[in-house]
Amino acid sequence: MAAVTEGADVLLPQGDVITVDLAHSTVRELNAALHAPDAAERASTWLVTSPEGKHSLACGLDAELTVEIAGHAGYYCAGMNQRATVTVDGNVGVGVAENMMSGSVHVRGSASQAAGATAHGGLLVVEGDAAARCGISMKGVDIVVGGSVGHMSAFMGQAGRLVVCGDAGEALGDSLYEARLYVRGSVKSLGADCVEKEVRTEHLDELAALLLRAGRDEDPADFRRYGSARRLYHFAVDNAY
Amino acid sequence: MDRDLAQQGLRESATFDRATIAAIQHAAETGIYDIRGGGAKRKVPHFDDLLFLGASMSRYPLEGYRERCDTDVVLGARNARFPLHLATPVTIAGMSFGALSGQAKEALGRGASEAGTSTTTGDGGMTPEERGQSKQLVYQYLPSRYGMNPDDLRKADAIEVVLGQGAKPGGGGMLLGQKISERVAGMRTLPQGVDQRSACRHPDWTGPDDLEIKIGELREITDWEKPIYVKIGASRPYYDVKLAAKAGADVIVLDGMQGGTAATQDVFIEHVGIPTLAAIPQAVQALQEEGLHRTIQLVVSGGIRNGADVAKCMALGADAVAIGTAALIALGDNSPKHDEAYRALGSAAGYYDDWQAGRDPAGITTQDPELASRLDPVLGGRRIANLIRVMTMEAQIIARACGKAHLHHLEPEDLVALTIEAAAMARVPLAGTSWVPGQGQL
Repeated sequence: MAAVTEGADVLLPQGDVITVDLAHSTVRELNAALHAPDAAERASTWLVTSPEGKHSLACGLDAELTVEIAGHAGYYCAGMNQRATVTVDGNVGVGVAENMMSGSVHVRGSASQAAGATAHGGLLVVEGDAAARCGISMKGVDIVVGGSVGHMSAFMGQAGRLVVCGDAGEALGDSLYEARLYVRGSVKSLGADCVEKEVRTEHLDELAALLLRAGRDEDPADFRRYGSARRLYHFAVDNAY
Repeated sequence: MDRDLAQQGLRESATFDRATIAAIQHAAETGIYDIRGGGAKRKVPHFDDLLFLGASMSRYPLEGYRERCDTDVVLGARNARFPLHLATPVTIAGMSFGALSGQAKEALGRGASEAGTSTTTGDGGMTPEERGQSKQLVYQYLPSRYGMNPDDLRKADAIEVVLGQGAKPGGGGMLLGQKISERVAGMRTLPQGVDQRSACRHPDWTGPDDLEIKIGELREITDWEKPIYVKIGASRPYYDVKLAAKAGADVIVLDGMQGGTAATQDVFIEHVGIPTLAAIPQAVQALQEEGLHRTIQLVVSGGIRNGADVAKCMALGADAVAIGTAALIALGDNSPKHDEAYRALGSAAGYYDDWQAGRDPAGITTQDPELASRLDPVLGGRRIANLIRVMTMEAQIIARACGKAHLHHLEPEDLVALTIEAAAMARVPLAGTSWVPGQGQL
């Protein structure tokens, strides 16, 4: 391993691991290195040490990179990810994998608010809990949370799947469009226009596949499904608030 | 007719006038509020309430058509590696594909490019036609994030984080189902034909401290290349501008209540926010107190119609302006030639504001292919360029008359106000006096 430090751009043979120690390098240097056209060729894995809760780590990636962050990350970790595989061995701040398009982000700890916000694609796994507004305005991403999610999760969710292995807080799926929600534990309350729906075979199948991708061993049969009643799709006096 | 009624001793209520009566009856009949396009229709203090003091003995004018009066402006040099260099301070405001037809968006891009200025996307993302025809394109980053993706973010020349707009500060967007065509729905990841709601707050940040982090993320994703604008609807511009500056904005866009909207509740348009004229001095004061006036550029929008309005914005301290409604009018909106078609829709030329309905006979605020095909984007682009050029030349005429070799040299000292209200808001003397009402007050 070699440390990439300011002014010392280290080129390593293909297949090696490049370590970026944020105690000595800046976030800008890290992201610039990860954005470089040859970033995937330079190393099989980019290891980020001493993240110390810094913001915007590994954001805007657009290559088949493997990035491992050894510690806690701040806001917008892996934001707008495309194609890369990012693992955080710690907790993450607000907006992890926000607007992700593809690839995967795996958080071994818990996530703050707005995890996976507005994300269009890819897979976000949070092994611990996710706070309020998990999956807010989600647009196609798959999110699997090993623990519980906070209030207003999947608010205005448009597409994609949110799987909660624990409990869901208040107003789950408020003003939902077409996102599909699966919750194994209790739901404190459903938001406006969110209703429980029948779990059919195709739902068990897609849930099993999602859990498998996320490395989970829960039984799909233990989950309940929630979705949009589609009563808010058109303005009308009877559904005004 | 009205005179005859008055002669009979009949008197119309100023409180319950005919428009008010119609609104009450509409509410009673339908149970739903009025949704419309455009900006505030009520009369508010505006740029027409200001006059320039042309040069004479005490000031030295520049020779019209001969001596230079520059109009160029650089936007976003505070932090970005590639700021925008515009030939004119008249830019095109953010308007979405969805609210507008593809032809209208293309025309705006063509016109802006021909005139050497920028145009702006809107809620719903960037279309290839718009990007292709716009030499300098500002990409809006809105609460809904409809159509937002990092590829388009990188294709943009600048990024505009939208906190609000003048027609509805504090409100989210809406686009009625008539305009959610297959293409619009696809771009926004929505079911076709739904009445689309847009959130009023960003999903992943709250407050100025978060915004600073969000701007940092956008800079990291785009490798610090793009200027970051922050757009605010005018309500508390003194505080909002200070906070936007602290959060790291390169450019602040300030939109007054006359600024248009594609679809908003009438009550929101008419009763929330402050006039553009009142907002500018507060914003400029905020920047000056932070030592950032001219370092952060101020772009003003909301009811900008002609070169006089441009010059007055410059004199009050703006670096550039953005036009929206005026640009649509240039494309043919509310043209008398469409009067018959407007009347068939229950409106009339000069009154048409049903931009939300998608039945625009001018082919501008519609997703109907037949209606949209009525707008020739090449000809429309030429009309936009013509308008921008005329506005720029008009502003130059005024600047030269005030002895200014650049539009940015115009200053509040060049202005007086016709009314006490305008004098207090613009912080310039009432004409013929040295009285600035409320001077020293925020």
